[in-house]
Amino acid sequence: MSDVLENGGGAATGGVATLTKKDFTSDQEVRWCPGCGDYAILSAVQGFMPELGIEPHKTVFVSGIGCSGRFTYYMDTYGVHGIHGRAPAIATGIATSNPDLSVWVITGDGDGLSIGGNHLIHALRRNVNIKILLFNNQIYGLTKGQYSPTSEEGKVTKSTPFGSVDHPFNPIAVALGAEGTFVARTIDNDRKHLTDVLRQAAAHRGTAFVEIYQNCNVFNDGAFDLLREKAEGVHHQIRLVDGEPIVFDEGTKCVIVGDNGRLQVRPTAEVDQDRIVVHQAGGRPSLPFGLAHLSLGPHEATCLGVFRDFDRPVYGEALHAQLRSAEERLGKGDLAKLLHGGDTWTVG
Amino acid sequence: MTKTVEEKQRVVVRFAGDSGDGMQLTGDRFTSATAVLGNDLATLPDFPAEIRAPAGTVHGVSAFQIQFASTDITTPGDHADVLIAMNPAALKADLSKVERGGILIVNEDAFTPRNVEKAGFATDPTSDGTLEGYQVHKVPMTSMTVRATEDVGIGKKEAERAKNMFALGLVSWMFDRPTETTLDWLERKFGGKQEIYDANVAAFKAGYNFGETTELFAQSYRIAAAPVEPGTYRNIAGATALSWGLVAASARSGLPLFYASYPITPASELLHELSRHKNFGVTTLQAEDEIAAANAALGAAFAGQLAVTGTSGPGMDLKAETLGLAVIMELPMVVVDVQRGGPSTGLPTKTEQADLLLAMFGRHGESPMPIVAAASPSECFAAAIEAARIAVRYRTPVILLSDTFLSNSSEPWRVPDVDDLPTIDPDFAAPNGDGFLPYARDERLARPWAVPGTPGLVHRIGGLEREDLTGNISYEPENHERMTHLRQAKVDGVARDIPALEVDDPSGEAELLVLGWGSSLGTIRAAAHRVRDAGGKVATAHLRHMNPFPANTGDVVKAYPKVLIPEMNLGQLAMLIRAKFLVDARSFTKVQGLPIFAEDLDEEIRRVLDE
Repeated sequence: MSDVLENGGGAATGGVATLTKKDFTSDQEVRWCPGCGDYAILSAVQGFMPELGIEPHKTVFVSGIGCSGRFTYYMDTYGVHGIHGRAPAIATGIATSNPDLSVWVITGDGDGLSIGGNHLIHALRRNVNIKILLFNNQIYGLTKGQYSPTSEEGKVTKSTPFGSVDHPFNPIAVALGAEGTFVARTIDNDRKHLTDVLRQAAAHRGTAFVEIYQNCNVFNDGAFDLLREKAEGVHHQIRLVDGEPIVFDEGTKCVIVGDNGRLQVRPTAEVDQDRIVVHQAGGRPSLPFGLAHLSLGPHEATCLGVFRDFDRPVYGEALHAQLRSAEERLGKGDLAKLLHGGDTWTVG
Repeated sequence: MTKTVEEKQRVVVRFAGDSGDGMQLTGDRFTSATAVLGNDLATLPDFPAEIRAPAGTVHGVSAFQIQFASTDITTPGDHADVLIAMNPAALKADLSKVERGGILIVNEDAFTPRNVEKAGFATDPTSDGTLEGYQVHKVPMTSMTVRATEDVGIGKKEAERAKNMFALGLVSWMFDRPTETTLDWLERKFGGKQEIYDANVAAFKAGYNFGETTELFAQSYRIAAAPVEPGTYRNIAGATALSWGLVAASARSGLPLFYASYPITPASELLHELSRHKNFGVTTLQAEDEIAAANAALGAAFAGQLAVTGTSGPGMDLKAETLGLAVIMELPMVVVDVQRGGPSTGLPTKTEQADLLLAMFGRHGESPMPIVAAASPSECFAAAIEAARIAVRYRTPVILLSDTFLSNSSEPWRVPDVDDLPTIDPDFAAPNGDGFLPYARDERLARPWAVPGTPGLVHRIGGLEREDLTGNISYEPENHERMTHLRQAKVDGVARDIPALEVDDPSGEAELLVLGWGSSLGTIRAAAHRVRDAGGKVATAHLRHMNPFPANTGDVVKAYPKVLIPEMNLGQLAMLIRAKFLVDARSFTKVQGLPIFAEDLDEEIRRVLDE
């Protein structure tokens, strides 16, 4: 599809095939801090959207509060910049009202997992047809540096000068626990991996949850360096590929099922090849859940890619099917009949 | 023996029993039979918050009161002429609600020493003189029901459950109600369950025949049909009327109705009712919480639906932030607040109208919203359409205030002709080739409603201050001031588009105006009738639009030397009227979780008149 990107340049006046990155780029000046990981994500999303073949006017971006919330203004699509944590609920209303729209939620670790945690898990549970991108920088950026629900224990911030005593959420485990039908993790500076995950998320029917490790170079710089920097990332990124054995660090390490069914990382050379776990995104949740817990955070070898991807009835579709079947069964609603139904009497 | 029939103008009957005794159902059936007979009527269900409080205790008493008459009536009555008490607890809880000298029909079987004690009586009230001064009828309803259902072939426990139908039969005889309405209903309800149906019919007939044949009751009563405008009538409760009003607004606007709500008493009734009408294209979403319900509705509004969220007081608190967002995004949306006793969880099943100031001011910043308040159960229908009309026309969230009393109570309603209902034009924005300005305004200051999916109108909106016209984010000082004034002026401008406040002043010489809003309409009318019947001169007026007020409101309140405002709160409308018009309005308040009694207001009016 990259040829479409390069061929483009003209306005999307004609068919869908002429869509370009420019068609998804608004005229608003981007105002994140220089060096913020959000720039890379924005550029990747704007560059990737034309691939979907969905015109900007059929696309809606919904965001909450936090640095990620501004994302909406930079996309030349319909957009709602909502209030803190509520984007999944707003998006549920939009996607349910009009199933023809491509609806994207942009949220962050504070917005999505703290104040909006309830809406996030219920969107996942319902399997509303929305794509949720959670920018996880493990810090509150817009409020200038308090610890977030994904910050590591002991984190020293403005609100935790003696270190945080909160245990962090594992966003992938939260999404899996909420019965998310598509759960993935990617990273801001790997455009290819990011785009590849977004492509799969867009193709998924129902709620897609994508956690994006995103560097906040002002308040939490380097939080993901072990995975993010090329030299280190090679050793610590565990790339999940559906149907493939889980090996990483240039094939030198692998994941096996150890004692009591617990997943373990072992040197590949020491393991019988048959024991290496083969990733299955479409199976039962236990394997993805185990993979989510393989690391306690981005400070050790951590899985990236699609953890889980399976089909379950989509909320909006089921709802519209009910409307249709009610109309078939009861006939199209007749207001006069409704008002006159039941016991009435007439005064002459 | 010869039985006499006495003509009466109006009667108040109260059914009271244990929560499990089926009193609401009994009252509801009696109401239907009364409605079909053409009496004017008003009802008041009065039940506990507990689903099933311990049986036989005062906490578990559930009651249903109905006033019916051959003349126009407006309230369910202050005190009952007849109380049907199914157990000692019901008698204990409701004896004070019976007119001195009134009729008490008690289920004798339930007055066992244990039940008497559970209800908190020291001795059996039916034999210790407690009921002196009342006309007491002790009827062994349970055992007679069991006997009547002997041939049906159900167990004793099941048979006993039909005793409410015995009571209904007896009272139906007493007031000459048609039996067919009840029998038809029993067939519809239990037609598939033969034994249950047979037992209920047997119990109902046994009660009716008991009244007719026993010497206990020497008299029955007849209440003639009330004179009303010609038309087709039905009995309707406020919750149903409000739901149907929303369905009607959807039909008359062509906008699909999207109702998002979180279960809460008493607003859940709206969710239940609307979820039954999916063949009208009604989407109902039971959200994960109040906040989600409001936001899902707002999302639906953005997507071009007739978006509504409904709740009660505590839920309004939670929705406040979203309402602010709807105000700044200037999207049409209706928020229904079925008010109940507060603060906090307060009195979940009891009525109050103490959310007016919350509706007016319960958001941070300058955040004006139009407010519509329904004034009677059947008026909830028109109020819902009106709220939707203002929301769509002005692109603004609108609060529609109802309350527990309106929601649960019922009254006869002349069914309107669908073609006479107002139409609502969504007037969606259409691309015109030029750059789209999402915050350009029409003559009413309403901005365009541009729905996703429309080419050429792509735009972003949100909670940050918008730049005038373009809708881009703006922190510019003058712009914020301009936008603040524009939002206020838009809402204020609704006053040009609503009916004037009508004054009822038959003598034209009244010195006192009684000004009301919401569900106190019936009480105010009834009290004014009483005062006028006694030769007093009083004017009344009732507000249906609480923000903005009708344009002539100031003139009306200034035209009377005295203004009295009865409210089920501590004087919220009075505060607004005083603040806005600088008149020395005074309050008459009641916060007991019950409607204001007409006799209390009557007394207050006379007191003020005599000053």
